[in-house]
Amino acid sequence: MDELNCRAIRQGSAAGDVLKSPVAIGFFGHVDPATGTVLEPGHPLLGQSIAGRVLAFPHAKGSTVGSYVLYALRKNGVAPAAMLLEECETIVAVGAIIADIPTFDHIDLSKLADGDRVIVAGGRVLRDEPLATPKLASVEHREAQISGI
Amino acid sequence: MNLTGEERALLDGADGPGIARAMEILVALGQVFDAPRMVPVLNAQISGISFKNIGQSGLDFLADWADLGARVQVPAYMNPGGVDRELWEDLGISQEFADKQFRVVSTLERMGVTPFLSCTPYHGLTGPEPGQHLAWSESSAVIYANSVLGARTNREGGPSALAAAIAGRTPAYGLHTDAGRLACLRARVKVKNLRDISQFGALGYLAGQRAGSRVVLFENLALPGNQAKRTWALKSLGSAMAAAGAVGLFHIAGMTPEARDPNHLPLAPDAEYIEIDDLEPAYAALGGRSAGEVDLVFIGCPHLSRGELQLLIEALRGRVVKTRLFLTSSQIVRAWARETGALDELFEMGVRLLADTCVVVAPLAEMNIRSVATNSAKAAVYIPSHHGIPVFLGTLDQCLTAAETGQWTS
Repeated sequence: MDELNCRAIRQGSAAGDVLKSPVAIGFFGHVDPATGTVLEPGHPLLGQSIAGRVLAFPHAKGSTVGSYVLYALRKNGVAPAAMLLEECETIVAVGAIIADIPTFDHIDLSKLADGDRVIVAGGRVLRDEPLATPKLASVEHREAQISGI
Repeated sequence: MNLTGEERALLDGADGPGIARAMEILVALGQVFDAPRMVPVLNAQISGISFKNIGQSGLDFLADWADLGARVQVPAYMNPGGVDRELWEDLGISQEFADKQFRVVSTLERMGVTPFLSCTPYHGLTGPEPGQHLAWSESSAVIYANSVLGARTNREGGPSALAAAIAGRTPAYGLHTDAGRLACLRARVKVKNLRDISQFGALGYLAGQRAGSRVVLFENLALPGNQAKRTWALKSLGSAMAAAGAVGLFHIAGMTPEARDPNHLPLAPDAEYIEIDDLEPAYAALGGRSAGEVDLVFIGCPHLSRGELQLLIEALRGRVVKTRLFLTSSQIVRAWARETGALDELFEMGVRLLADTCVVVAPLAEMNIRSVATNSAKAAVYIPSHHGIPVFLGTLDQCLTAAETGQWTS
């Protein structure tokens, strides 16, 4: 189990599988508050649900109303389990507090892949081996680790 | 972040869960932006009022916070909402939307926020004084308070400004600090004879795009001599910068409070230098050089002052208005217009003076508005993206001519 360097924005305990976005996420207008599904045309996560996932993304974009969308996701039971970012800004910081979502930034996203199991507790972020059948990229990554590259 | 004993107690819930939540938000923001401490605020200005923008998610959040017992500790003022409280039925807005809008307003009133419903709290309220700390969230008001009045506020979001009002303080980072107020972009204005209000908006649009979130220092920028027109030019310039970029403060060399002394300009050592010599790209980007039918002419973004309204009435005399023509302002200015007879004069010309609202945040589709002409670059930035309809940016004369003909010709 690896520990990731991070800064806590909102502490808390959670566990879930990583859903990673290589680009910024706009919550207002781009994430359905009822289901947690990403709606933004052309977005790499289009059609996927962020509900219950450990959402890893560089930073948020768009309207500050995005904080309220995170609150609605929580009330509707479809909030992410945790959020991991490179750089937190106002939208996510406020949203994390009001929606009570454990949130950490200054995360090196290159150390995370879709499906990685992540546990957050006591202000720490831990990455476990994936539970699901790993995708090809993850296998290569683990082989690289085994051979010590 | 260093908290006082009192702040620590508030965070831990000594005064109840409403203020504890406010402190949680402020401490998180303070951490994100490396604020060393909190600073007391004189007052707060709260955006995110229109139900069209915040929706049910926002209304639920505000109601839950009010239920926790949250009440403001310092005066706090609402930004415009989606309806004119007196005229909404006339304007074709549905009962359903109006009811939701009134619920947003009454929920905030329950927390002690004043239903000022204007984006220009600096018209009609006293203060702020230079150097005073605020928590304002309407971007055009933020930049006016910082730049023209010399007060200090960051570009807050609706929830963070409300949190500051409830806690009476805000984290001291960014534009609250001396270092955060130095210009990192120096813009020399090489356009001559800026006369029309829309030109100041066009200049602000171009400077804002280049600036991103940086503080800007303008050099060689002359403003109109007439006091009302001068204020209008500053509002137009700043609001466009705040819409095209994320600018919260500009200085004008030799003029604004922190740049009066030309030998001590507030410049960061590594400031970038640019020149702006052509406003055409702004008019072209904001629909000013296209042609089409005009449904609505909209003047009053940001909200008009009394002096601006007088200038408009003079410009309207002798014209026969054919399209819808909306002017927007605060209830204070409309009450004044009613007393002086100006409201009746406007009504007879077919012009509506709206209060509490703004064309940017109103439900235009419900009002059957399909295209807008305006002299406000800020409005021209937001109307196409918020409403999906075309906009035409032009001079006041072009706009009022379009109101007579129903056509935009470039």
